[in-house]
Amino acid sequence: MIAWTIYLTFAGAVVLLVFPGVVARWIALLTAIAGLVLGIVAFVRTPVADLAHFMTIVSVPWVPPLGMNYHLAVDGVSLTMVLVTGISAVSTVLFSWDVNHRQREFFFWLLLVVGGCYGVFLSADLFLLFAFYELVIVPKYFLIAIFGSTNKEYGAMKLTLYSFFGGMFVFAGILVAYATAGSLDLNQLMQFHFSPQLQSWAFPVLFLGFAVLAGIWPLHTWAPTGHVAAPTAGSMLLAGIVMKLGAYAGLRVAMNLFPEGFHAWSKWIAVLAVIGIVYAAAVALRQHDLKFVIGYSSVSHMGFVLLGLATANALGVSGAVLQMFSHGVIAALLFAVAGRMLYRRTHTRELDALSEMNLSHALPFAAFTFVIASAASMGIPGFSGFAAEIIILIGAWKTYPIAVWITGAGMVLVAAFTLRALVKSFFGEVRMQTGRVSTDADWNEQSITLAEKCGACLLMVATLAVGLYPKILLDRIQPAVEAMRFLK
Amino acid sequence: MRSLASTTSYLELLRLVSPEAVVVITALAVLTIGLMSRGATVVAGVSPAKPPAGAAGTAAATGWCSLVAALGVVIAIAAVLMLPRNTGLFGGMLVITPLTSLFKIICLVLAFFTVCLVRSEKSLRHPGEYLALILLATVGLMLLVGSEELLMIFIGLELLGLSLYVMAGFDKTDVRSAEAGLKYFLFGSTSSAFTLFGISLIYGMSGSTGLAAISDKLAATPVQPLLATGIIMTLIGFAFKIAAAPFHLWAPDAYQGAPIPSATFIASGSKVASFVVLGKIVLVGFGPLHGNAGWHAMVAGWSPVLAVLAALSILIGNLVALAQSNVRRLLAYSAVAHAGYTLLGLVAGSRDGFSATLFYAAVYAITLVGAFGVVAVVRSETGGDDLKNFSGLAGREPLLAGCMVVFMLSLAGIPPLAGFFGKFYLFSAALRADGNYGLLWLVALALLGSFVSLYYYLIVLKAIFVDEPSLTPSSSADCSSSDLLQRITVAVLAAAILLLGLMPDPLAARILAAVS
Repeated sequence: MIAWTIYLTFAGAVVLLVFPGVVARWIALLTAIAGLVLGIVAFVRTPVADLAHFMTIVSVPWVPPLGMNYHLAVDGVSLTMVLVTGISAVSTVLFSWDVNHRQREFFFWLLLVVGGCYGVFLSADLFLLFAFYELVIVPKYFLIAIFGSTNKEYGAMKLTLYSFFGGMFVFAGILVAYATAGSLDLNQLMQFHFSPQLQSWAFPVLFLGFAVLAGIWPLHTWAPTGHVAAPTAGSMLLAGIVMKLGAYAGLRVAMNLFPEGFHAWSKWIAVLAVIGIVYAAAVALRQHDLKFVIGYSSVSHMGFVLLGLATANALGVSGAVLQMFSHGVIAALLFAVAGRMLYRRTHTRELDALSEMNLSHALPFAAFTFVIASAASMGIPGFSGFAAEIIILIGAWKTYPIAVWITGAGMVLVAAFTLRALVKSFFGEVRMQTGRVSTDADWNEQSITLAEKCGACLLMVATLAVGLYPKILLDRIQPAVEAMRFLK
Repeated sequence: MRSLASTTSYLELLRLVSPEAVVVITALAVLTIGLMSRGATVVAGVSPAKPPAGAAGTAAATGWCSLVAALGVVIAIAAVLMLPRNTGLFGGMLVITPLTSLFKIICLVLAFFTVCLVRSEKSLRHPGEYLALILLATVGLMLLVGSEELLMIFIGLELLGLSLYVMAGFDKTDVRSAEAGLKYFLFGSTSSAFTLFGISLIYGMSGSTGLAAISDKLAATPVQPLLATGIIMTLIGFAFKIAAAPFHLWAPDAYQGAPIPSATFIASGSKVASFVVLGKIVLVGFGPLHGNAGWHAMVAGWSPVLAVLAALSILIGNLVALAQSNVRRLLAYSAVAHAGYTLLGLVAGSRDGFSATLFYAAVYAITLVGAFGVVAVVRSETGGDDLKNFSGLAGREPLLAGCMVVFMLSLAGIPPLAGFFGKFYLFSAALRADGNYGLLWLVALALLGSFVSLYYYLIVLKAIFVDEPSLTPSSSADCSSSDLLQRITVAVLAAAILLLGLMPDPLAARILAAVS
């Protein structure tokens, strides 16, 4: 049944092309909600024990002579990712409610991204997974290049080329696996023993390819420019789910296919991850554009995911999956505030300009949301970010104690830039020329809309729920991770 | 008695060449109709004060001629379907196998769509002759595909080539068309000379022109310098035909200058048939001299030669395409790169590799016909085919813009389009051909090439979707029926590319079964 998330989303994308542009957003919203509901129903109804292994839900021969199957499967990890995709999709559509220029195209590309993400998270065939993976990238180009803002064409092209640069390595890795094992089925490939010599060079090729999309340092530079250039919905999807595709596929494919290669290279992944966490946090501290701050914070938080994966123990990897969920929600929330709630009304994202606007009084709901999001982002206990990061660090402690110390310092930087952004954007000192607030007549008309409130509440509830009771996800993630091959 | 025997064999022959015969008869019929209506046009255009009447006459003549031509092509497809499954005549001069039948149909389908594009080419003043040439070129394609004998292949090549030279230079009012025709002719005839010389050397060494006999002979004799020369010369001739670097120099001018249907046919039908024949020659005829193109295990033979051609094509085609601002020229350089990818399957030399090559060539041809269809509409509306003429197309023509997305992304190899599956098939066949990943260097180069290619395809799409329209369409008021036909053609082709991407199995499995 959960396979219908894919079909419904693509069907919605096609259907809304037929109808007039005015109803496009309603169709998109219905489609996104349907996807989320399907995800939740599957989450509630599937017995936890079934989620411990990669359980086939659909398997149809596709191109028999080449051994390609239309094979979908689900386990605790992919179900978690499907859930965060659904949450991000609904809130993204809600935060794009005011798009009134080429709406059909906008929601068409948006739903293609969402559908492709569902597809990646549920694929159990390497060819299928790669097809969905590449399918996500081109719509992102159009979303950013047509509907974006600052330097959009440059940002869009950079993002697309980086993604396909990674895709090229992924393609090579998949071809090598296919040519060697003669199969594309993930469950079969996970039984196949690749020679250690092959693993030692095929793993870095494949993992690096995926990690580009996850924003690994030093191949992360597409992420901040892409986030800044993208429309709000684009940044939300990009940070919320698209970056997770890379981490998820790295875990699902690269680490499970080439476990020995992974063990040989894991310490280098950890090194890159830690550099990414600290470096991106330090860079974020010096940014003037609010979206750049959030963009670099995404890179920093994705560093935690990579560190969790590199720990190579069940705890750390489960934490990484939890962090994917958590950051998906938090990043979407942060971008929603910066891109939609603030930028639409103030027409600036410059922190210095924002600090003079006394926004906490003008837009109390936005301020409230941003405080919640910042707290979650900093890892305050009670929010999902804390639960995920603490699990990753405990996991990392077993393998790389030094990394934990450095990351601890990095977390101080994270807190520093988050607080700086929070204070500057909403709680700045009101100086002389505050008249702009009262004279700007649009503001009162443009109070926070219902759609924005719904979207923000959905995301806040998600981060709080998982933060207060992470077991609800961990119970499903951890057995699935423990069943994976690289732990044995 | 003798006459009776020869009669039956002629009847048999006529039955086996019925598709070709149908196309030839159609060509003659189209020529006649064109001549007759041209007389009428001249009469109508007697008073120079009324040129529109003449134009209308030409348009009507174009309509009739292309209708007859399309009908003939459809009948020929039906005739192909009624051929027996496996027969051969005259020691391989005419061979009928599932493979030849399949590719005759593909060539005829490509000819059909090209004919559909002719209807809206308004600058053609002699539609009858033009369509007759297309049909004769189609006969050339069918002879090429359906033969396993070097002399017959050469005749097919010449029939195809001579028709295409005239078609490339057909627009006498356009100096670019003349340039295209001349360049294509000079390069093409030189390449024919190479091929003929190579064939004669091979004949001298092996004593036969039949591919199977050559193969037997080659297996028994060691490689001699003269034989190597013959093989390389034959390959050079085909490298010209498929526009593989460094023999690609005619392609940009021919693609850019020739009338659009001519460029379409040069890029699609001619290329598919050339790949079929090239594959048959190297795999059947020169089979014993395969050699090895692996990185550490290079062995002399034709596959290292093709590997070098492929590598050069991928590099040169993709890098030069980056700098183009004219869409047709860009497509020409991308065609060079695609010839490189397509050669990968032949370099691999396996059954899988050949079938991947054929699949990719067929998909590429269909994509290119569609892309040229879009270019034709843009050209007739804005008067040019530079990138700036495409800006804002998404606003003016959402359908065509959507189709162009399909074509460009399929060329770039983005799922779920046919080009993606084709590339996956090709590259995996090349990688699997050799147990030790010998062709990994070539596959890596091809992957790098397709990564680079994404940039220029995205530039085209950026012009269509992102850029503000810089030019206003000159006369979009008259959306006549021919434009409608063109739109339908393009949409059908885009749908075919999407379907072949979602369900490649029908075509891929058929080709794989036919290649044995």
